[in-house]
Parts: sequence; C-alpha cells; structure tokens
Amino acid sequence: MCLGIPGQVVELRTDRPDLAEVDVSGVRRPINIGLLIDDPPVPGDWILIHVGFALSKIDEAEAKAAMDFLVSLGQAYDDELAALQASRIE
Amino acid sequence: MRFVDEFRDAGAARALATRIAELCEPGRQYTFMEVCGGHTHTIYQHGLEDYLPEQINLVHGPGCPVCVIPMGRVDDAIHIAEQPDVILASFGDMMRVPGGRGSFLEANAAGTDIRMVYSPLDALKLARSHPDKHVVFMAIGFETTAPSTAVTIQRAAAEGLDNFSVFCNHVTILPAIKAILDSPDLRLDGFLGPGHVSTVIGCEPYRFITRDYHKPLVVAGFEPLDILQAVYQLMQQLAEGRCEVENQYSRVVPWQGNPAALRAVHEVMELRPYFEWRGLGFISHSALRIRPEYAKFDTEARMALPGVRVADPKACQCGEVLKGVLKPWECKVFGTACTPETPIGTCMVSSEGACAAYYNFGRFSRQRVKEATRV
Repeated sequence: MCLGIPGQVVELRTDRPDLAEVDVSGVRRPINIGLLIDDPPVPGDWILIHVGFALSKIDEAEAKAAMDFLVSLGQAYDDELAALQASRIE
Repeated sequence: MRFVDEFRDAGAARALATRIAELCEPGRQYTFMEVCGGHTHTIYQHGLEDYLPEQINLVHGPGCPVCVIPMGRVDDAIHIAEQPDVILASFGDMMRVPGGRGSFLEANAAGTDIRMVYSPLDALKLARSHPDKHVVFMAIGFETTAPSTAVTIQRAAAEGLDNFSVFCNHVTILPAIKAILDSPDLRLDGFLGPGHVSTVIGCEPYRFITRDYHKPLVVAGFEPLDILQAVYQLMQQLAEGRCEVENQYSRVVPWQGNPAALRAVHEVMELRPYFEWRGLGFISHSALRIRPEYAKFDTEARMALPGVRVADPKACQCGEVLKGVLKPWECKVFGTACTPETPIGTCMVSSEGACAAYYNFGRFSRQRVKEATRV
C-alpha cells in the first residue's frame, strides 16, 4: 500500500481529464492523475503511483531505479503489483 | 544523471560509509531514527547497519500505517462488516492484522464479506456495482494515502452515491514525531525524513523539529545509497554545528509537496482532537476524520461503533519497537511465538513493519554483506 509504483503515461482520457492510461510493468491500466493538476503529465511522462493515484512526476532514470528497488522487495512487490493489475478504477 | 547500477554498488556504499566514519567524533554515539517503514525495509534488506560505523545506531520509527492501528479499530471494522448487507473493502496489508476478536481473514471465515482492494476507487466501484449493499472503505495510511481517500469521497459525492462510506483511520506523521521527541525514553541525534509522505506535505512542515527540538532532519529516498547519503548529510550537519531540514530525495519530493493533494485532504477531512496509536497511546491532533459536510460518507457518522479500547497482548512489545526503544530481536516473542505466519503484533504483519522486515531480511543480509566485503 505504501509502495510507489512507477508507470509511464500512454494516453490521456478525453472523456475523463482526471484519468490516464498508464503502462505499469508492461500492463496498461487507468490511473487517476487528478492530484497532478498543477503540473499535468503528458504521454511519455513517468509518474509514481500510490493506490491508483499519481502523486508525483519522476524522470526515466528514477522510474527505472524505483522499479529495480520494487523488484528487489520480492513478495511485497509481487502482491502490490498483482493488486494493481486486478484493479480497474474508473 | 544517476545510474541504477550505482545504487547496487557495494563499493559506493563503502566509500560513503568511510566518509561517514570520518565525521564521527571519538567516543560519541549517534542515534538516528528513520521514520518510514519503507526505509526500515531497505536498511534490513541491504544490511546497511553493517556498513555504518558502530558509533551510529539506526532506530525505527512509527511510520508503518498498518502497525500503528490499535486493536480496537480492527474490532470496530469487523463490527462494521458484521452489519447486514455490508461489504468492507480494505488494503491487503490489513487482512491479517490481529484485533481483539481476530483478524479480517478470520472474520471472513465466520461469514463477513471483507474484500481486498488496491485503491479506494476500487471500493467505490464495488459500491456502484452493488447498489443493494453498503460498501465501507477501511481507510488507513499517512499523508501518502489520505489524498486518495479524499478524492474518492469527492467522486462519490459528485456521483451522488448513497451506499458508500469511509471508516477513516488516516493518521498524520508530525504529531507522532513530536510525541517521540517529547518522550524521555529515547535520545535522538536526528531523523531520516519519510520519502513518500514528504511528496505530499513537502519539507517545510518539519521545521519545528530543527527549530524547537534542535534535531536535523534529512528527507531520504528508498535506495540503499539514498539512506547512506542521508546519514552522511545528518553527520555533516552535526559536524558543522548546523541543524536544518534537507531534502536528499529531491528527484521525487518537491520542497513544497503536492498542493493539489493537500487541498483535497483539507476540503474533505479535518484533524481529530485525539487518536489512539498502537504503542504510542493517545496523541492530540494526530489523525484525520471526515468533515461534517461529507458526513454522508463517514461510516462513523452513519453507524454506532463499539469504540472499545483493547489493550495489546501482554507478550507483544510492538509499542516499544514503534517508538524505537526496542530493536525487533529484543522483543521476547520475536521469531518464536510471533512470526509473519502467526503474528501477535502488527509490526510482524506488514512488510514495512520493523519486525517482519528484520525477520525476512535481517539474518540474510548480514550474511550477504560479509560475503560482499570479503571480495
């Protein structure tokens, strides 16, 4: 729950400005980007995701480092990623 | 530009450790608290204590949101789930946390419908797809997750949903840090500030720690070298007689935090007069509740809860671990009666709990570091 998972914005949703399609570890998921309204991401940007919400924009090197770190956590990350991949927020 | 391999480099860690050692005053002991459970996890996983000079002691703080939920709140949640036509939605981390009457998993075995969700928005979706049920989201977490809950409530209000509410257990980190600073149990020389919480609140709110308590604080990232770098910055401040808030994790944490997230929390939630923390007791203004304007989405306003205070099991010393007074292995039941499979206390449940982190990685990492330093 406390893990920040990096993802790359693929597409903004024209019907829902608070949502974006985001690639997380090769899986595309809708993510809420409403909390980045002061500095909205565009496709290609990397974000750090907490419980379905993007909380900050990061650069690609940080995204890779964050992903490496998560993978090193083993089970805790597997559980979090499985939960995210089962999530279908709207 | 920073490279990932750099953080995997034990050589870089040792070089940093050497610079840290050079700053140690002979005969002086240094104790730093890492507030965040994520830091605890990294420290044990990579055996960072073995890199540091023996004069430096890292103690673990209260920053594991699952760990600080008192047993009475778990019982209240199970009481909610036992009401007719209620679905309780919870983060997976909470499922095995023991309350006075057992855990969520045990409650489900006895017939409740408590479901794991990844996001509060998943709980909202459950409410939409089950109009005949009342869906309650068990909200836990520090400032990192409170904005998500706030936005979800705003969304429920915008949609006019009337079968969704939140059992709010969000806590705020600063009063807990203050409680630890006010406690006579522990003498600290500085803090590693929490990375993700600071993404939301920024760095300014920590100023009271430097101003009123004269302890430096460095907001730190989660990589092994982030933590060693933050320790180095703390040691530099002490050596130079400075006492400041510094941001080692600026590549993720903006100094001013995330104003949109703070606005959402402020609009939907307000501070409670007090809240009970496991191990730390009642702390003033240390948790959030839902504002009266959103009472329709506040489970506590919608139904009466037992609200019974339940004392921790006698054998459990999670409280001392959460305050940094005891190391996990100093607890009498650590690794014997209390294991991740059969936890007695919360610190052994969450992967960010100090006990679970040490249990899972402690012995392994020490062996690993010995091997690495032999090369």
